[in-house]
Amino acid sequence: MSVRQEIATPAEADAALRAAIRQREREAFRNRWLLLAPAVGLIGCVGLLPLALTMIYSFLEPGTYGGVTWSFSTGAYEQFLFDRDLFDETILTFNPSYVIIFARSIFLALVATVGTLIVGYPTAYFIATRPRESRNLWLFLITLPFWTNLLIRTYAMLLIIRDEGLVNALLMGVGVVNQPVGILYTDFAVFLGLIYSFLPFMVLPVYASLEKLDFRLVEAAYDLYATRWRVLRRVVIPATRPGIIAGCILVFIPGLGAYITPELLGGGKKLMIGNMIALQFGTARNWPFGSAAALILMAMVVLMLFVVMRRSGRQMSHG
Amino acid sequence: MAKRKGRPFDLKSQPGFTQIAWGCVVFLYAPILVLIAFSFNANRSVVRWTEFSFDWYVAAFQNEGIRNAAIVSLKVATSATLVATTFATMAALATTRTAPFRGQGVAFGIINQPLMVPEIVTAVVTLSFFALVKQITGLTGIGYLILAHTVFCIPFAYMPIRARLEDMNLTLEQAAADLYATPFRIFRRVTLPLMAPGILAGAMLAFVVSLDDVIITLMISGPGETTLPIYIFGQIRRGITPEINAVSTVLLGVSVLLVSSFFLIGRKKA
Amino acid sequence: MSSDDGLIEIVNVTKAFGTGERRFLALGGVNATIRKGEFFTLLGPSGCGKTTLLRLIAGFELPTSGEILLDGQEIGHLPPYRRPVNTVFQNYALFPHMTVAENISFGLEMLNKPKAEIASTVERMLALVKMSELAGRRTDQLSGGQQQRVALARALAPQPKVLLLDEPLSALDLKLRKEMQVELKRIQHETGITFIFVTHDQEEALTMSDRIAVMAKGNILQIGSPSEIYNAPAARFVADFIGDINFIEGQVVVAGEKTAQIRLPGGQVLTARASRPVEGPVTLAIRPEKVGLRHADDDDVPLSGTVTNLVYFGSGTNVHVDVGLGADIVARATAPKVALGDRVGLDLHVTDLSVLAE
Repeated sequence: MSVRQEIATPAEADAALRAAIRQREREAFRNRWLLLAPAVGLIGCVGLLPLALTMIYSFLEPGTYGGVTWSFSTGAYEQFLFDRDLFDETILTFNPSYVIIFARSIFLALVATVGTLIVGYPTAYFIATRPRESRNLWLFLITLPFWTNLLIRTYAMLLIIRDEGLVNALLMGVGVVNQPVGILYTDFAVFLGLIYSFLPFMVLPVYASLEKLDFRLVEAAYDLYATRWRVLRRVVIPATRPGIIAGCILVFIPGLGAYITPELLGGGKKLMIGNMIALQFGTARNWPFGSAAALILMAMVVLMLFVVMRRSGRQMSHG
Repeated sequence: MAKRKGRPFDLKSQPGFTQIAWGCVVFLYAPILVLIAFSFNANRSVVRWTEFSFDWYVAAFQNEGIRNAAIVSLKVATSATLVATTFATMAALATTRTAPFRGQGVAFGIINQPLMVPEIVTAVVTLSFFALVKQITGLTGIGYLILAHTVFCIPFAYMPIRARLEDMNLTLEQAAADLYATPFRIFRRVTLPLMAPGILAGAMLAFVVSLDDVIITLMISGPGETTLPIYIFGQIRRGITPEINAVSTVLLGVSVLLVSSFFLIGRKKA
Repeated sequence: MSSDDGLIEIVNVTKAFGTGERRFLALGGVNATIRKGEFFTLLGPSGCGKTTLLRLIAGFELPTSGEILLDGQEIGHLPPYRRPVNTVFQNYALFPHMTVAENISFGLEMLNKPKAEIASTVERMLALVKMSELAGRRTDQLSGGQQQRVALARALAPQPKVLLLDEPLSALDLKLRKEMQVELKRIQHETGITFIFVTHDQEEALTMSDRIAVMAKGNILQIGSPSEIYNAPAARFVADFIGDINFIEGQVVVAGEKTAQIRLPGGQVLTARASRPVEGPVTLAIRPEKVGLRHADDDDVPLSGTVTNLVYFGSGTNVHVDVGLGADIVARATAPKVALGDRVGLDLHVTDLSVLAE
């Protein structure tokens, strides 16, 4: 389109204007989607499409050497609850072991979430009440571990809690115990590892909402005869609920799908969902069952996010 | 006003919170510091300190397995970072500073998808997908690993770039257009130089995230595609060697260095 | 189509934002002619559409309909970089990654001017805005007033046919703002470039402009010289927005050629200036400084009442008088010899009392 055309009448001016508006809209649309295409396309193909494939896999039968054979079966889902009789495949007996793994995982993730909240909230509060310069340093200190290798951090944890590790050496040195306390390869070790891994996830969102808190509210509460504890409980904590919820989600979800922590600190014996799924794609060679387990984990996460988002969304519209 | 005895009443303080905060820092750093310390221990023990030495670093460097793993790690992280940062920059340009558009929410959701799915799920799902692709096309190679890393690096690169663009004043580009700069020249002379710190920060995060990945790499890497974390993981499962402490310390050092520079870049902006 | 001295002509320009229920008409059919070399001000409260009109002339937005002509050429559909107009932005929008000199040379570089010409123009512009010493500074090290000068130099450097200024003084403190008002007038005089100036500050508009367009709710209500706008407001909004004014409601009893007789609710009859034949209920307007204070028992005073309030403001005093019309009438005097509760007469001269077009 030539923009240097001669424009003499209002009608021509109008036509030129309309053409220019259309062209600007077209260009904006084209540029936007051309720019988005690589990222959205790649994640769509390698991130989303495989999720759909996994859904199909979960309804197939396992191949003998891994992979799948292409025949429909709901066996993968039945396997969560039942064992097939070795001789008569129509007889199903209840097998609680997978349900127990799921329950264990939820329990451990929950306990770890509460644990991080108990130590993370005061930490975030402490940071939020520092002067501005030292606040940044504190935040950096808390964030840094998040960006370092989770495997190495878990390994470092393993080093100090094993029987020959620093913790037991200290305990025996002081004389509290005269024999190493078995911490490693227990649920407590996994719990400790989860807190260690995900503590920054709790501190950061809580800090973000505490930073926005207007401390004149605290002054007002003290002015109205509140004690320290009541100021915290009646003013500070309610005002920072969004941060607490965000922190809990950020800890609970990766906690539920944890793999490295139970693998190293639980010794691979105390399974969580993550290890169970990995196992199906590894030595157990049951891809359909692994796919089904992955989808169930995914569904739990999505459901939780959905519920939380709806609830906080409703609160927003009321506020 | 009468003089008060003792510390003045501090409105903001809560009893015990200071101690908990310090406790957190000790809890977070003590294991890492112990690991680093014992990587310099001449003795094999991870409890008893004998004397300072670089022996384990030398041993690690001479270990061919570790050297190869380091090369694979660098290759994958560099390629994934380059592609992910480019794509994330383009996506950030498309999603910031515009009026809401149809499909924006969907695009945003897709870009952040790798952050919302548990890593183990991404790992097995990608494994299944790649297995099928390999079966159909017969293609093999390290490209699959790079592709998987690129996908989960995109949201990490996207976040700081987007934040930077959102902080940028839209009128700067209008001013450039007003001063006769064509759209291409606006981008080259104004937008790109101003968003460069964001791009650098995004690239650093992508690199760190790729370098540190364990679960996804563990699932999909083929023979000869062992990255450093995977090598370390294998060794730990076999038994603890001080060599691993040395390699771990180096890997930690790289992450800390990159993340520290990320924070410094971020601070300069303000 | 173009008139003799019209540099910019705005013909039936409308601009709507959004669609459907959220469609908002920012400009509803605006017409104006801006003459070559004049200091033209768009004045109005925030949201009146003045900035939108400026952005349409600059090309940051396209009009929904209508024409924008520059030298008789339609430019309303062109992108900003094809229009020979430049803008001084409200927050200056200086490029933070460039020095003062680089900012000023940017437009010339984009026009692919020869290096030597760019260098000499930049030097001239720096001298014009008195910033020669700071040429190598980064723009984030400058004070607000200095940034303002750089923004001005940057926009003037490509020698635009029209300079658009979007509330350029609003970020400055009062003293600096007064200084810059004088500076702007000097620079406009020296360069001879047409200025279109957007402001919500009526005093700024009155002191600086050759002509003012008063805008409200997406329309231009009146275009005229500062004294026309001040002394003969065409609409109630214009009268109210600029300075203080008294409004008196009444009914036309006799309509003449240039004057009209209006009966007030209390029965008094006033004679007022009317630029056109009027009838029915009308509003009269008069500035407080035009209201004369007289003795209540003088024969020829049209209105009289009780002093209810005296407000001193330095150069004078506002005398509020209740004449039984609901709202008090305010008279401004330098040293009135009245006290609260006094009965006074008010003198409303026919030339100062105008009938508003509603």
